[in-house]
Formats: sequence, structure tokens, C-alpha cells
Amino acid sequence: MIMAKPKPIDEVISEINHFDSILVAGCNGCVSVCEAGGLKEAEILASSLRIYFTKAGSRKQIDEVSVTRQCDKEYLRELEERMGEYGAVVSLACGAGVQLMAEMYGAKPIFPGVDTCFVGVTEQHGVWSERCQACGQCILASTGGICPIARCSKRMLNGPCGGSEKGKCEIGVLLNRDIPCGWHLIYERLKALGQLHRFGVPSDDKDWSGSRDGGPREIIKEESRP
Amino acid sequence: MRLEYPANVRIIKVPCTGRVGVIHLLKAFEKGVDGVLVAGCLDGDCHYQAGNLRAKKRVASVQRILESIGLAKDRIAMYNLSAGMGPRFAEIAREMEEKIRQLGPNPVRLARAQKEVAA
Repeated sequence: MIMAKPKPIDEVISEINHFDSILVAGCNGCVSVCEAGGLKEAEILASSLRIYFTKAGSRKQIDEVSVTRQCDKEYLRELEERMGEYGAVVSLACGAGVQLMAEMYGAKPIFPGVDTCFVGVTEQHGVWSERCQACGQCILASTGGICPIARCSKRMLNGPCGGSEKGKCEIGVLLNRDIPCGWHLIYERLKALGQLHRFGVPSDDKDWSGSRDGGPREIIKEESRP
Repeated sequence: MRLEYPANVRIIKVPCTGRVGVIHLLKAFEKGVDGVLVAGCLDGDCHYQAGNLRAKKRVASVQRILESIGLAKDRIAMYNLSAGMGPRFAEIAREMEEKIRQLGPNPVRLARAQKEVAA
């Protein structure tokens, strides 16, 4: 799932400052799970903005709404009738949702209300962490279900770099937080699976053209197309 | 007991402070109240186990929001007391009222009133 975090409110304020009517549009997809951009967060942001601008003596219409997903046109189309009422939109969807809305409503300024961060999981309520970098060629089969691209800070493909200590990544020292060494995790998991022999076989060169090296990506499933 | 607490305190009853969300607290300020006092059960005494602890975190979150939009964070506070602590409630209400009085009226209400006068 795509994880995001709310932008600092002063950043949002500076973007919408000169508009008289603003729609705060939440997304009930991924960003609602990580509590950054669902209906609840749209309500909180809209209320905070109303307090801020009323206090500043500025008369603005600020409303909130939320759609099922902002990365699908049929759901964004639900906003079509209301769009005319507003001078700008703050979208709390991930970067994909913000862009699709900007594409669909070309004449309307669309501003992002969250910073999109990564593809990850919910560790516990309130804690989300990265698991996938969407590199386009999954190698989890040979790494015990733990991804070295996402979990190793250096994206090493054939074992640890030598900078880890007691199972922790050296990057953690700089960032002042505990980061497990991805390759340490892989080693322990493969040991438990009795598959340590995989360390004796270097992995093939990774084809990065399916990742960002190949430019913006696209998936086409012919049988599903209209 | 016939205890006295400031007459301008409006009580809103909820089954548990755990039901009080960030948006409920913000709406109060948006509507123009000068301050909010969230009175939850004593630590460790929540009938629903963690409702008052959740409320405490949400109050802290509202304090951060208020600061970020230029309102004093002391306009909201959480206190923990039991249903049998009437005198303490009256004391807290007076204490909070005094604190809010020093901070002055909610600028949102003032700005709205000024606008109405101008109109």
C-alpha cells in the first residue's frame, strides 16, 4: 500500500493563500489507511484552514470531500459538478491521485496536501514501514521473501556490504534510528528455511529497465482493454 | 454538594473521552469557543481500557495543530479525574476558566464578529 504523511500546514497555506474557494479532497484508498489523506484527515485539514483564515480576517469558502480512490477516473468524475464552485483543490491523495486529478481538471490548480513516501505495510497502528520499491522485477523468491532493494539501504544484490553491525544497518547511526540490515534479515530467514546454499550462487544482473531506468512505466493488459 | 463552577462552562457529555476525535475538538474552536477542557477518567481507570489514553494523545495532537495555525495551545487541556471527584472538577473548571480568561477571546470569534459589524 502507498504510504504518505501530511504536509506541514504552512506549506498548504502558502499554496492556497490567494484563492477564495478551496476544496480539500481526501482519498479513501491507501492514504486513509496510513491516516494521512482520508475523509478524517480532510475534515481536520479543512477545519484547521478555516480557523486560520477566519482568524486572519480572510473570507474563504473551504469545504471537504472524499472519494473512493483518486487514482481512478470514475471516482474523480464524482467531483465534476462541484469543481466549478472552487478556485483550487488541495488533494490529499498520493502523487498518482493528485496527478490524475490535475489531468482530468486541467483548468483547475491542484495542490498536494501530503508527501507521498513509499510502498509499505502497517507494522502497528500508527507505524508504517517500507517494503517495496516497485522495481519491476521481483526477486523475493530467491531472498526468502525479504527484499534487498527495499530493505537494504544500498540495494545490494549479493549479500551485506560489510557496514552492518549486530544486524543493524550503518545508515541508522546517521539517521539516529534502528534500521535492520536487510541482508542480515535475509540470511536469518534463509537459514531458517534451510536455503543458505543460495548464497553460493551470485544473482544474475538485475534488469533495471523495468524500474525507473526505463522511464515512466506502463502496464497494458490487452484482454482487459475496452 | 452544590459546588460552584463558572457559569460559562458548557458541558458536553460523551460516553468515554476515547470517543472524542481531533475533529470534534477543532470544530469547537472553529465555532468560536475560547477553550476546551477534556475531562477523562483517571489513568488506568478507563472502563474501555485505553479511551482516556487515546484522548490524551488526541488533545496533544490538537495542541500541535493550534500552534501551527497561530492559536495558543493552552486553549485546550486534558485533566483526569473520577466521577466521584466533584470538588476537583469545580476546581479544574475554575482553573481552566482563569487560564483562558488570561489568553483572551478566541480570535476566530473576534474576527467573525468584526466582519458582521462591517457588513
